[in-house]
Amino acid sequence: MAYLDAASTEPLHPAARDALLAAIDAGWADPARLYGTARRAQMLLERARAEVAELIGARPDEVSFTSSGTQAVHLGVLGTLAGRRRAGNRLVASAVEHSSVLHAGALHERDGGEVEIVGVSRTGRVDAGAFAEAVARPGTALACLQTANHEVGTLQPVEEAARACREAGVPLLVDAAQSAGRLPIPEGWSVLTASAHKWGGPAGVGVLAVRKGVRWRSPLPEDERERRRVPGFENVPAIVAAAAALRARWEEAEAEGRRLSALVDRIRAEVPRLVPDVEVVGDPVLRLPHVVTFSCLYVEGEALLTELDKAGFAVSSGSSCTASTLRPSHVLEAMGVLTHGNVRVSLPRGVSEDDIDRFLAVLPDIVRRIRSSLGVH
Amino acid sequence: MWRRRTGGDTRRSSGTARAAAQAEPAGPVEPPQQPALTIDALGRKCPIPIIMLAERINQVAMGGVVAVLADDPAAFTDVPAWCRLKSHEHVGSYELPQGGWSIHVRRNY
Repeated sequence: MAYLDAASTEPLHPAARDALLAAIDAGWADPARLYGTARRAQMLLERARAEVAELIGARPDEVSFTSSGTQAVHLGVLGTLAGRRRAGNRLVASAVEHSSVLHAGALHERDGGEVEIVGVSRTGRVDAGAFAEAVARPGTALACLQTANHEVGTLQPVEEAARACREAGVPLLVDAAQSAGRLPIPEGWSVLTASAHKWGGPAGVGVLAVRKGVRWRSPLPEDERERRRVPGFENVPAIVAAAAALRARWEEAEAEGRRLSALVDRIRAEVPRLVPDVEVVGDPVLRLPHVVTFSCLYVEGEALLTELDKAGFAVSSGSSCTASTLRPSHVLEAMGVLTHGNVRVSLPRGVSEDDIDRFLAVLPDIVRRIRSSLGVH
Repeated sequence: MWRRRTGGDTRRSSGTARAAAQAEPAGPVEPPQQPALTIDALGRKCPIPIIMLAERINQVAMGGVVAVLADDPAAFTDVPAWCRLKSHEHVGSYELPQGGWSIHVRRNY
């Protein structure tokens, strides 16, 4: 099977596997205790923290490990809103943020807060001017912007947003889940979140970095772990593996990113040539190196995924009938592009060119068959 | 019975909702042109409403309007997107009292 769903989760990096196996033996004890094995676990944990901090451009004491990227976002959003209560109660976010940001915003609204959503262009890029205006309105406690969109790959104007936030004195939470380990972390964040399994680390490790001087108060009950930011016993072996994967992925990022980006360019050019009535969505240039998304008119997304699976391809879709809810993807909706017949292809490290050739070879006939089953010829 | 919807959806939060409320006239809005053909796609999931539209748009004269009645939330985005891809005109989407929309499309060619 050709795995083309790296944006959902990247397969474990070999460097992470080696580190994980070693740390399961060496780092199992409670890092908060004072005997030898515990000190060893603590040393591994702090070494991983220093490594991740260096790679994301933070100080080690600004970095906490969470149990997922989603938890990092929940704690980042709600904790900063709680810390900034005196400054205001408005959260500003783009319309295409990950659901973890929007769901944290919905909870904030249920608690009496305000949420302002900033729209995006047809390519999914947030309007930096509108974002700056929204941030500058009095009472803004926090702004959130992703580095890159998880469904269509479009990069966001994070540095412009950071400038606007700095001028307005508003902290900016940057969700780097899709780009960490692949692209440099943009400057200017106040709170940064990421997820290890997206860069080839194990599942169950998220990163929450809070810049020194940013007011943050835990929205959860008191707990002493992770500088009082994240409750619960740290998964030291997984954290060690996450740091090893981030280091290894980052060292390969430039060369592998260039290779994957060329394959994405090929898919972007070939799919509309081979399949009639297809729209490739997302920014063609300002994009992640490994993600491409297109929508096929007159095709049900679920049928397309099922047929591609039978042909040996694992891909994902933002179409409503394939999601857990009946709503179409909020990202595609906000962009105003076709929400049905949607396919996201995201290339993992080391994907072979043959797999892409084969994908382009089978796709036209699969789309034709599904269309003809619906009476479209 | 007509209330114009220019974009977005009910999930949108306060800021956008407020901006939209200011931009839109209060109360019912009549569509500018009565449809020459109405396609009932209520209860049908996307892409079926789009397929029905594509099959039947040539039944109206050039410049005529087709109304697609649909209640799959995907249709609210997908019919205008189809118009853009196929160079027809999305005239407007009007909320139906029973839920869903009447989505008006003008045949351009």
